[in-house]
Amino acid sequence: MLGFIIQRFLQAIVVMAVMSVIVFCGVYAIGNPIDIVIPPEATQEIREAAIRRLGLDLPLYKQYFIFMANLLQGDLGRSFVYNVPVLELIGGRLPATLELVLISVISATVLGVSLGVYAGYRPESWISKTIMGVSVLGFSVPSFWVGLILILFFAVHLGWLPAGGRGETVEIWGVAWSFPTLDGLSHIVLPAVNLALFKLAMMIRLARAGTREIMLTDTIKFARAAGISEGTILRRHLLKLISIPILTVFGLELGSTLAFAVVTETIFSWPGVGKLIIDSIGVLDRPVMVAYLILVAFLFVTINFVIDLVFALIDPRVRQGATS
Amino acid sequence: MTTPVLSVKDLKTHFFTRAGVVKAVDGISFDLAEGEIMGLVGESGSGKTVTGFSLLGLVDAPGRIVEGSVKLKGTELTTLSTGELRSRRGRDISMIFQDPIATLNPMLTIGQQMRMAIDAHERLGARASEARAAELLTQVGIPSAKERLRAYPHEFSGGMRQRVAIAIALLHRPAVIVADEPTTALDVSIQAQILFQMRDLARETGTAMVWISHDLAVVSSLASKLAVMYAGRIVEQGPTATLLRDPRHPYTAGLIASLPAMAAPGTPLTQIPGTTPSLLSLPEGCPFAPRCDRATDTCKTDPSMTHQDNRGWRCFHPVTRTAEVPA
Repeated sequence: MLGFIIQRFLQAIVVMAVMSVIVFCGVYAIGNPIDIVIPPEATQEIREAAIRRLGLDLPLYKQYFIFMANLLQGDLGRSFVYNVPVLELIGGRLPATLELVLISVISATVLGVSLGVYAGYRPESWISKTIMGVSVLGFSVPSFWVGLILILFFAVHLGWLPAGGRGETVEIWGVAWSFPTLDGLSHIVLPAVNLALFKLAMMIRLARAGTREIMLTDTIKFARAAGISEGTILRRHLLKLISIPILTVFGLELGSTLAFAVVTETIFSWPGVGKLIIDSIGVLDRPVMVAYLILVAFLFVTINFVIDLVFALIDPRVRQGATS
Repeated sequence: MTTPVLSVKDLKTHFFTRAGVVKAVDGISFDLAEGEIMGLVGESGSGKTVTGFSLLGLVDAPGRIVEGSVKLKGTELTTLSTGELRSRRGRDISMIFQDPIATLNPMLTIGQQMRMAIDAHERLGARASEARAAELLTQVGIPSAKERLRAYPHEFSGGMRQRVAIAIALLHRPAVIVADEPTTALDVSIQAQILFQMRDLARETGTAMVWISHDLAVVSSLASKLAVMYAGRIVEQGPTATLLRDPRHPYTAGLIASLPAMAAPGTPLTQIPGTTPSLLSLPEGCPFAPRCDRATDTCKTDPSMTHQDNRGWRCFHPVTRTAEVPA
């Protein structure tokens, strides 16, 4: 098990290193950010001084090595635009995204798996058919449109929920969170629902397909032949047997939603990292882009690593494969 | 004769599919005495497995038992509620399956799975459950049972997994076990071991068994009586020795003739011409008639079971190896 962890850790480092090169080159190719940093009326001298100060006159590989050297000391550079350390900038925004995404992905998974298992367990019932029909909508309706409709209906028309912002926040460990306050929670609801719809539909489909397949296996028949009740069969056999694909997708969705909740954050003016990266791309704020994309790679690697550990925890076959 | 522990009368299980009604089991009857082993023999698709599932009330939609009776220790099972039926399964009647790799849950330990099967019918507590589980594992020939309870199915060989499945089926000392080809997926040497172990267990515990198999050779070494199934019906039944020595139904005769042991070395094996008919479009009358060299126009009507002594057959033109067969 320890060997497995070390091996995965080394893999993660390689992935991150490769990712940093790709990101750095990619961002370099987008264009020269110098015009954003200095006012348009600046003289040629000021312009060249700024270029030298930011290290933009150096060849690409030198810029990369300086960047990496700083990175290893925990310094990801300063934002060109805000002139604050990037880490501080992203760190200030991340909790907002984190709470929104966790709430939405976890509730989509819990609800989606429940509905999907039901639909797979009783495929002929009209409730199941309704669930499946609605799940098609979750796939096919564009999420920005759903977001707008949610605002129109619940915020403008009914006035039940706020249309945007984080609402009242509470400081925990020096970070602002919305979810512990009722007002904050009411601000989370709409964007969380908006983010969750697609994932909900996917989890329903995944859980249903798994359930239908597993319920026909001899494992279930044998359990029934032993007189084990349907509830126990669902809880102890089925949920375990369908858990691997669901966990895989859960991890991927968690990562990609954390990284790219941009649309929803924009619509609901949610001050998260998604909005930050879009703004930074717009003004070519290079340090923020690079740091953010490397952070995203780090998130994916970490989540996948944790998911692999969970696999090993619940599936003895994976565990054995990992030790041998 | 004592009252049978299991009595099946005119059982019909049909599947209502879009293509039509599939009469997978179409009116079968048999009795099973305490500790008796009956072999249920037939080709693939003859309805053996569906018969097994029907006995436990485990037929999946779109199939259901449409007619007939299954009496277990005097209780009619076909009219029981789902809950009552569940409480009988595993306690009074249980089943083992063909593929031991597919029956056990790969993600739970043997101990956890046995505990679930115990908890389904009894409140025993952790220690007593473990003792019972270990006792059963020892009984089916698994060494160091206590330690093995913590192992997962993939740490066992196929034969050992089947022993575990058998131990689970035996946990509550059921009156009847339905064994659906439990040795087919195993090595021949393991097959024989398990076969005879099951026979001894049945003898010791008085458990009756319905042993489903396509392999007449395997079953005949085990079962005291045989029922031969063809296209959803029992076409011939009787004591094993009698049936093997003196089959009446041409299909039984064909099965016996096609046993490899019956062929002289170096000669091709005998086979029954044709294939099993589709259960959706059964020929009128005797379903075996199109493959039968004894068929006549009479066979366009359905033969009923002819009983003689302790045996019976469904044929107008029974094979007569010995004389005195009633016409």
